Amino acid sequence: MAAPVSTVGKPSAERLPLNTTSFQKKTRTKLISIPGTRPSVQNGQLLVSTGVTSLDYLLGGGLAVGTVLLVEEDRYDSYSRMILKYFLAEGVVCRHELFVASAQDNPDDILQELPAPILDDVAIHKPVEQPRLSCEPQDSLDAMKIAWRYQNLPKVQSALASSSRFGHYYDVSKTMEPEIRQAAKCHRFYLTEHPTQSPPTHSTMLESYSALLKSLQEVINSEGFDVAAPMSKSRNILRIGLPSLGSALWGDDLSCHDNPRNGHALATFFYGLRAMLRSSLAVAVVTVPSHLIQDRALMGNITRLCDNAIALESFKGSERETNPLYKDYHGLLHVRQVPHLNCLASKLPDHKDLAFKLKRKQFTIELCQPVSTIGCQKSKVKLLTVA
Amino acid sequence: MFTELNSILNTTPDSFTQGEFILLSDRQSDASFLIHHFLSLYLRARCKVCFLGLVQSFNHYSAIGQRLGVSLTQAKEKGQLVFLEGLKESLSVLIPQDTETGTRAMDFLRDPAVGLKSLYEFVRSGATSSGVGGREADGGEEWGPPVLLVDDLSVLLSLGVSAGAALDFSHYCRATVCSQLQGNVVMLARSDGRREEEEDGDDEGSERLLRGLTHQCSLTLQVQGLPTGFCRDIHGQKCAGGGDKAMNSTNRRNSFSTKSTTKEPPSLLPGHRALFSSFTFPAFPFGLLSLLHVTTDHHVSISPDNTSWVLSCQK
Repeated sequence: MAAPVSTVGKPSAERLPLNTTSFQKKTRTKLISIPGTRPSVQNGQLLVSTGVTSLDYLLGGGLAVGTVLLVEEDRYDSYSRMILKYFLAEGVVCRHELFVASAQDNPDDILQELPAPILDDVAIHKPVEQPRLSCEPQDSLDAMKIAWRYQNLPKVQSALASSSRFGHYYDVSKTMEPEIRQAAKCHRFYLTEHPTQSPPTHSTMLESYSALLKSLQEVINSEGFDVAAPMSKSRNILRIGLPSLGSALWGDDLSCHDNPRNGHALATFFYGLRAMLRSSLAVAVVTVPSHLIQDRALMGNITRLCDNAIALESFKGSERETNPLYKDYHGLLHVRQVPHLNCLASKLPDHKDLAFKLKRKQFTIELCQPVSTIGCQKSKVKLLTVA
Repeated sequence: MFTELNSILNTTPDSFTQGEFILLSDRQSDASFLIHHFLSLYLRARCKVCFLGLVQSFNHYSAIGQRLGVSLTQAKEKGQLVFLEGLKESLSVLIPQDTETGTRAMDFLRDPAVGLKSLYEFVRSGATSSGVGGREADGGEEWGPPVLLVDDLSVLLSLGVSAGAALDFSHYCRATVCSQLQGNVVMLARSDGRREEEEDGDDEGSERLLRGLTHQCSLTLQVQGLPTGFCRDIHGQKCAGGGDKAMNSTNRRNSFSTKSTTKEPPSLLPGHRALFSSFTFPAFPFGLLSLLHVTTDHHVSISPDNTSWVLSCQK
């Protein structure tokens, strides 16, 4: 890809090849491959899957490492919570580390409700069994006959099998089995367990947000997610899930009052989160109850501070539920912002009328198709008979 | 650096007007490509550039600068570029460490009511350290007039700084950089622009900032989304206004749509009827509205008198 305007004659060797990820995550010397990630075809950034393949497509192939996805909750927080669970479940399947912070539900409860992956090739981490020796005939009698060549190989599937696939499918009617879940390392932050300290004098943030940022910083530094950390050990991605940030339980009156006292606390938190993520191998999905926030300008500020932003609007309980136009769907999805990092502009989604549908095995996002043909044909037939 | 934009603004790296305050604004759109344009333009013009990158990391600008043909890392090493990485500096303020490292420029995060004095001090030291009065001992290079680039000013409002404090800051910067040092200032201010709704108290901050900056500046480049919504190839329109130059007024009364792709810079073509441009110089208060109709099959007709400009759908 050549730079379009180049009046100064620069040797082409100076231009970086397209697929070198210069998005500050990696050293320029070599590309490390982390399981569960892939480079973007647009600009070479490292992407992870959100767990929902159609959402990955909307965001330009996946969620870029070092960015934040803001999900504006639907009224009952059902579908936004579902997206968060998909995100965390994808992290478990890809062997990433998780960080869940919540003010309302215990993070352990959230982690227990993750949907079960539909396993074809997901590696289930079983303890390594001793290779079978051919001099133990009593075991081989009951077991399936396996070719003698492979009898002595260990039973555990290699981890590469799961990392070769980007994006998995989940069955929401079942929860993830504990063995799979416990294989992933999870960090928790439960607000009620953190003692309230004296109000911080060092910023406009609330102490709950400060404590959360501090805890995140500690995890990132101690577990080696910092980009500047030495490259000795293998790198992994930290997936951060923050459900219902900005709700009253965090001590923020943004969603309670028209003129909140700490109007900028949440925005400052997002600024700090953005700063932290830009320098670490982490990705965050944050859900915010935006329908409670009266100040649209503040929501606009927060949206601009996040890189990706979508809003969900569910049809449950509204008159749209019976609208034949929407009968195949569960709600509308609005894309508020798509990032353009390391490039001049983003590839905007083609359509603006997107609707989503939560099926048992898939969360699909599609262009909202009007139900058209049946009605037309009926009226056509009627005309003919009358004439 | 986009050559078409240069030709419309009559600027080149070798000759550009000094002492200018350029305001970039957008409304429900993204004008950051203009910041990259000006950054590469002034770096090529061998100016001393002070860049306040408050919303993105250094590597982001560096990667795009590479595509536009300038190397930010080299410029920083040579001393041509003074870069404030706002995100990185802010962490040391938001999460207090034991050791105080870094500049004090982001100290307004501690207490936004104090204002942006420390940020201004950073700008002043960055802009005036360009070898005032002589070269360095080992024969360091001398650079041209200083340029201040801010990306972007409205994020300060989200962090709690008042619009008045931000306007004071821009005024001080203009006084120092434009008047005293005969340099240029380019600032980006973003807004949601939902004027139709009755959000009188809420958006007052960003609207007030925008109005104040428009009054202070000498040239405004405004990017806005198309009134008809998204179009596959043309994304928005850009209105250029600046009334105090002694040049052909028809050239100035232009409105361009911008199409931004990931690879190519927006390019500008003569096009459809343009009825509007926004003039920012207070002496010429024009106010017409421009409508750029883009048909869905993306053909753009060229008006016969060729006085108006449109964006191209470059594939």
